[in-house]
Amino acid sequence: MSTNTEPAQAASPPVPERDLFATMALIRAFETRVAELYRDGEIPGFVHTSLGQEAVAAGVGRSLRDDDYVATTHRGHGHCLARGMEVDSMMAELFARGAGICHGKGGSMHVADPAHGLLGANAIVGASLPLAVGAGMSSKHLKQGRVAIAFFGEGAVNQGAFHEAVNLAAIWDLPVVLVCENNIYAEFSDSRTLTRVPAVVDRCGAYGIEARAVDGNDVLAVAALTADAAARCRAGKGPFLIEAETYRWHGHYEGDSQPYKPEEEIDAWRERDPLEVSAARLTASGACNREELDSIRSEAATRVEASVERARTLPAPDPEEAYADVFGS
Amino acid sequence: MSSAAEAPVTERRYIEALNEGMATAIEEDERVIVLGIDVGAGGGIFRVTRGLFDRFGPERVIDAPIAEMGYVGAAVGAAMTGLRPIVEIMFMDFVGVCLDPILNQAAKLRYMTAGALEIPIVFRMQTGAGKAAGAQHSQSLEAWFAHVPGLKVVLPATVADARDLLLESVRDPNPVVFVENRRLYGTKGDIDADPLPLGKARVARQGEQVTVVTYGQMLRTCLAAAEEGDAALEVIDLRSLAPLDMETIYASVRRTGRLLIVHEAVQDFGAGAEIAARVSTDLFDELRTPVRRIGTPSVPMPFSPDLEKALLPTSKAVSGAADALVAEG
Repeated sequence: MSTNTEPAQAASPPVPERDLFATMALIRAFETRVAELYRDGEIPGFVHTSLGQEAVAAGVGRSLRDDDYVATTHRGHGHCLARGMEVDSMMAELFARGAGICHGKGGSMHVADPAHGLLGANAIVGASLPLAVGAGMSSKHLKQGRVAIAFFGEGAVNQGAFHEAVNLAAIWDLPVVLVCENNIYAEFSDSRTLTRVPAVVDRCGAYGIEARAVDGNDVLAVAALTADAAARCRAGKGPFLIEAETYRWHGHYEGDSQPYKPEEEIDAWRERDPLEVSAARLTASGACNREELDSIRSEAATRVEASVERARTLPAPDPEEAYADVFGS
Repeated sequence: MSSAAEAPVTERRYIEALNEGMATAIEEDERVIVLGIDVGAGGGIFRVTRGLFDRFGPERVIDAPIAEMGYVGAAVGAAMTGLRPIVEIMFMDFVGVCLDPILNQAAKLRYMTAGALEIPIVFRMQTGAGKAAGAQHSQSLEAWFAHVPGLKVVLPATVADARDLLLESVRDPNPVVFVENRRLYGTKGDIDADPLPLGKARVARQGEQVTVVTYGQMLRTCLAAAEEGDAALEVIDLRSLAPLDMETIYASVRRTGRLLIVHEAVQDFGAGAEIAARVSTDLFDELRTPVRRIGTPSVPMPFSPDLEKALLPTSKAVSGAADALVAEG
């Protein structure tokens, strides 16, 4: 059993980097606009953006089969967009409209699209892990070959749910890929001060599962490792943990001014903007030029803006909606 | 379900009826799994799942590690993705370590996704004082669950209901908390050829003077009280707290004008309070006397059998209270 020592097997990402860049651009545009709209009071509730972490969402989300499962976190917009959640109905949900993907009953922290395997953002830290293990059980039991992804932050790995879920996935050899986005901060606290074992991969040996750390700001590296991990799962080799090292640009929630973060740390990570890392490689290889990349980004911004304008015009949910969907029949 | 014409009605124990219900559920639907601590090869600590492992194999009857948060959460994830788990929590008191999957996931995700997620799952849990099991293995917490929108709460009091309500709970598209009182496990009775649906209360004994509403183990206590006291008791077995069949209660109270509610759970903030409030509001003019409640006093259940006896509602207390109501007016 090895953790973080085995060389990555060669695995091509299923989509070209240009497309991964486009997904990151969409997430960046969406999150940037959502942060502004929240600041301006147009979006109610709590909002947690994933600015700076786009490469993890795009790299994982676009390296899976269409029917694979994804369970994610309160910081889940990027994961949903990368899995193809429809932008208009997602934005409408954040605006709390009746036409939102959850009819205005979920909101930013609970956007979900089960028809596309998206089991939802989830506002309980660590909850995605047991749920993804259960999705893996279903896939195995029903012999579907589907892989279940659990996204979670390094702040979740001190929860009992993490340990119990990893152990279950291991003993039952489930097709589950556990994707830890290590953005260094567990809400307001430096997570390195909350454990003696800050590298999440180092915990996995205790459960007998394989794990690898990856540069979470390098979309190509994330995509390659995810494709490899998913292929392992489909081959019946059991669960795999990916620790994607990245950084949260904004606060834990929008409105958190992050007084607990050193300026130089923020600056250093912003220098490693995942979109710029990818853009540099794309232009260096000649796959794209700057103008093309700029145009991808402006198209993404236009797409998002259209969803905002649409959401603004939509009516609030019908009051009767509050009573619907408590029970099924 | 067999028709009344074939198979003569035979007496069996409550525990056997539960086992039969699970076996039928597993047989009739390949998506049904049984999951819990020691439910497999060991047959369960109360032998409720005895024989199921040998009959259906380790893929359908699954032993979980002692990690309720993990395996109950995984069962919820499995229910979201196509399985219909019957998950066992060995003692109801243990929900303290796995409440999140029930409270925040199973109960809420259908609603938060506007019905896009279905969570057909049965949480079987065993409880009951009177066996000197101490405060951490004796508490009746059904009112907690009835207080959570999105959960059904089912409490079979008879052998027939042990089988039929369990089967109905498995077939139900909603999460069901299924409460078994272990003092009922050894009781004997017949299977009902024409079972009442889940959500309907049953008039277990007809009487004209006092309506006694109860459920679970206390049904036997109330039926005994009806034999012992002077008042003519109409005993209603609720069978489920959610849904709560108020119509059957109202119909009875309209005739008797007197209501006594009896449960083993602590009286304060118990199910009796809700029923008393509804009847006092809706049938105020038809009540001859104030509504009375009998539950366990608000103390943790002590270990000593003598102390347990001093706290638990007795048939004498029930008949005494009923006679007092008749004397009052």
